[in-house]
Order: sequence, then C-alpha cells, then structure tokens
Amino acid sequence: MSGKPKIAFYWCASCGGCEESVVDLAEGILDIVAAVDIVFWPVAMDFKRADVETLADGSILASMINGAIRTSEQEEMARLLRRKSQLVIAYGACAHLGGIPGLANQFEREEILRCAYEDCPSTVNQDKVRPQPRAQENGRVATLPILHRMVRTLDQVVPVDYYLPGCPPTPKLLGQAVQALLAGTLPPKGSTLAPDIALCEQCPRKDSKPTDLQLEEFKRPHLTPLDPQRCLLAQGIVCMGPATRGGCEAQCIQGNMPCSGCFGPTSRVRDQGAKILSSLCSNIAAKTEPDIDRALATIPDPVGTFYRYSLAGSLLRKRVWPDSAKR
Amino acid sequence: MGGERVNTQAKGSPDTAPADAWEPRIVAFFCNWCTYTAADLAGVSRMRHAPNVRIIRVMCSGRVDPQFILDAFAKGADGVLIGGCHIGDCHYVEGNYKTIRRVQMLRRVLHDMGIEDDRFRLEWISASEGEKVKLVINDMVTRIRALGPLGLPQHVRDWDAELESLEHAVTADAKEVGTHVG
Repeated sequence: MSGKPKIAFYWCASCGGCEESVVDLAEGILDIVAAVDIVFWPVAMDFKRADVETLADGSILASMINGAIRTSEQEEMARLLRRKSQLVIAYGACAHLGGIPGLANQFEREEILRCAYEDCPSTVNQDKVRPQPRAQENGRVATLPILHRMVRTLDQVVPVDYYLPGCPPTPKLLGQAVQALLAGTLPPKGSTLAPDIALCEQCPRKDSKPTDLQLEEFKRPHLTPLDPQRCLLAQGIVCMGPATRGGCEAQCIQGNMPCSGCFGPTSRVRDQGAKILSSLCSNIAAKTEPDIDRALATIPDPVGTFYRYSLAGSLLRKRVWPDSAKR
Repeated sequence: MGGERVNTQAKGSPDTAPADAWEPRIVAFFCNWCTYTAADLAGVSRMRHAPNVRIIRVMCSGRVDPQFILDAFAKGADGVLIGGCHIGDCHYVEGNYKTIRRVQMLRRVLHDMGIEDDRFRLEWISASEGEKVKLVINDMVTRIRALGPLGLPQHVRDWDAELESLEHAVTADAKEVGTHVG
C-alpha cells in the first residue's frame, strides 16, 4: 500500500444508482484513482469486510456511504466504517434523507413483511415462510440481517461529516467534493456539498414563473402535454423546485419533467415536505373550504409527493401508532 | 419543553411518573389581531379554561409555517391549535386564506402519518369572542384527554432501542462484529 489517502465506498438500502454515478465520472475516475487508494468498494472491487476490520481506526480519510439504513447489517457496516474513517460522507438522497426507501416509514415492519412474503400477487409462499435471523439445518447455522422497524438516514445512526445530495449526486458534484477533500478545502463539518440556493434560482424557466401562481388544480405530468419553455408550476404541475436545493443543473426540467425534490432542502429549511406543502397550497386560487379541498384533492398522495426523498429525515420520521389506534 | 407526557406541574421525572399523571399539552398559535386579543379578553373577563394550552403569539395565522406544527408534535405536543381572524377580516387581507389552504392539506399529511384528526385544529376567533377561546380550548382538551398522549419523543426512543445492541458491539470491539444479530 502506498502513502496515498484511503477512500472507501459502501452501499446500504439503495438501488445502485449512486454507484453508477461514481462510474459516470468516466475517465475522470482515473484522476481520483491516481490520487487515492480505494480500500473498499464492494460493487466494483473485491474487498471483504475483513479487509476493513484489519485497518487501523481512523485510517480511512473518507468513507462515502450511500443508501438508507434499514437492516442490522447496514447499521453494522455504517458503524464499522465510521470507526475506521476520519470523515463519513452521506452520499446520495437515501443516506442524506432516507430517499425512496424512506417511504416505507408509512408502514409497520409487520405490514411490509406480510405484503412481501404473503399478500403480493406474485408471491407463492403457501407455508408463509418468513426470513429468520438465525436458522439451523443439518447442523449448519445460517444467519440473516434483521429488518429494522424503520428506515433511517445515515446520520440517525452514526455521526456524518458531509452530505452529497441527489438521486444520484452528479459526477460534477462528486468530482468537486473529492478535489476539496484532497486539497483540504472542505467547508465546515455538517455542510451539504452543493449550492445553498433553491433550484428555481438556477432554473432555465425562471423568467416565466409568475409571482402569484393562482393554481386552479394540480395536473399529473404523464397526463398533460407540457410546454417545454414555460415554468412547470405555471402549468399546474407539482414541481419541488421552490423547496429543493439547486446544484443538479435542473436536469429534470431540461428533460421537461418537474423537480421531485431529490437534493433535499436548503440549509434554512428543516422539513422539505412541510415547506413545499406551504408554498404550493398557499398558491392555489380557491377561497372557500369546498373549493380548496377540491383543488387539493388533485394531489392524491401528499406524503409520497412532498416527502418523496425525505420522509425518514423529516420532523415526524415515521407513521405513529398512538394508543388510540391500537384499541 | 422538557418532560414529555407529563404536565410541568406534576411531580416526579418523566420516566417515573405514573401514567395517570399525564396532562394534555397543546401548543396554540394565535394571531395578534384577533385570537390573541380574544384570549386577552377571556383573561380580563376572568373566564376559566383548561390550563393545558401554551399560547404563542404570531402576527398572522398565515405566518404559521407547517414546520412549526410538525416541530411542536415532534417535540412532544399532544395537540396543536391555530387561531386566526375570520375569513374576510384578515389584517393582511389574504393571510388567513393561505392558512386554511395549508391547513387542509396538512390535515391529510398528519392523518396519513397516524396523528389523529382531533389533535390538530384551526379556529377563526375574532377579538370580541373571548367566550369562544374558552369553549374551543376546553373542547380540545376533552378530546385529546380521550385520545391519550401522542408522545412522539417516546415513540422515537422506542424505535431507536433497536440500535443499542450493535452500537455497543461495534464500538466496544471491532472483532466482535459479524453476527448480524440486532
């Protein structure tokens, strides 16, 4: 091993898109490999957990961990990498705010297991077998990770030093983060490594956004022909731009699709879903309660819309089952 | 707001107090021009209402960011009450229209997140309606008393109990990890 700084990549509850975004550095990854030693990267390189365990505590300069934490194995790896690393970087929307997996926090663990192993139409499981954390057969013992009761963001499990937002982060932001890491020019700990400004400010359609939206109803993007030049909010589409951090270079907008909020909020906002709810709903035109309800009903799934990537990291975190609901 | 589930007047720490020591705690956001003035009127008129409400004066019910409401629940409130001027009477003309539009959507979010409808309430109370302040607060306290504590901070502690075993295992000795048993 050379004296180059050590970097680790790991994935938890994620889709693999974050790993893909590292590969999307294309030839840029050669510069990174020239400057650092990648000591752990299960998706691309043949290292085992034992290799990490033999490293001295704090000997990895930075671990980039993507994915939410929802099993005991993911929790264990996050804790191990935290112990071995000087810096832990939450990489991507799931590690940052829970991401799409965080939407599972609308359900109890038992509901999720029953759906996956019994009720799903494509499931054939007459004996209703469920995964067991420990099973013994012919004298051999097999173990499986335990599914946690809820999905967690990385920083709800271990201390996190920096956040790289996005689903996935752009190769450009990753490249800038690695450069800053190696040059020692990272901002104060706790920072999100992307511009601290709402996406609307960077949107190519900014000039067509009216001051007063006066929304009559919300339209679904797959059912509506969209003008490729005009502000999507002005066209009645739910666009998360006002409550979402910029830095993605408005890639979805440039593809004529609304922002769905993957970069999370700016530093001034604690709860992204509450903030976009506030912004969108106060801009509808209706003035009486029935008319307001009619307009709001055109958003059929408010939690899934406003908290698409941030439910696990939100103020409420998970659906509660108060005592009155249990009775 | 320390001591979840327990009235600040109750004796004992939150963890040792008996369950029947619980008193509903309601956070109320009252607009400066109408409902706060009405609460003042109720006070000077020596009306008695349940002491379970902590009133926060805001300039307009439209100033109540939905984050304030979620944060109140997350920090241990059993209910949140918003009081504003009647529709048409807003000191800022349009503020309470924004309030009701946000509130109608927030109700659906809270419902979907398992928080019962009676824990969140919006009332239009003008400056002269001191009696209505009393009636609304007493009614809300009765309903929330019937529901029992929401206790979100306690829920979070219960959820996070599953993290304790690995925290100790991995922090104590890296060689012990690998059992996957949570």
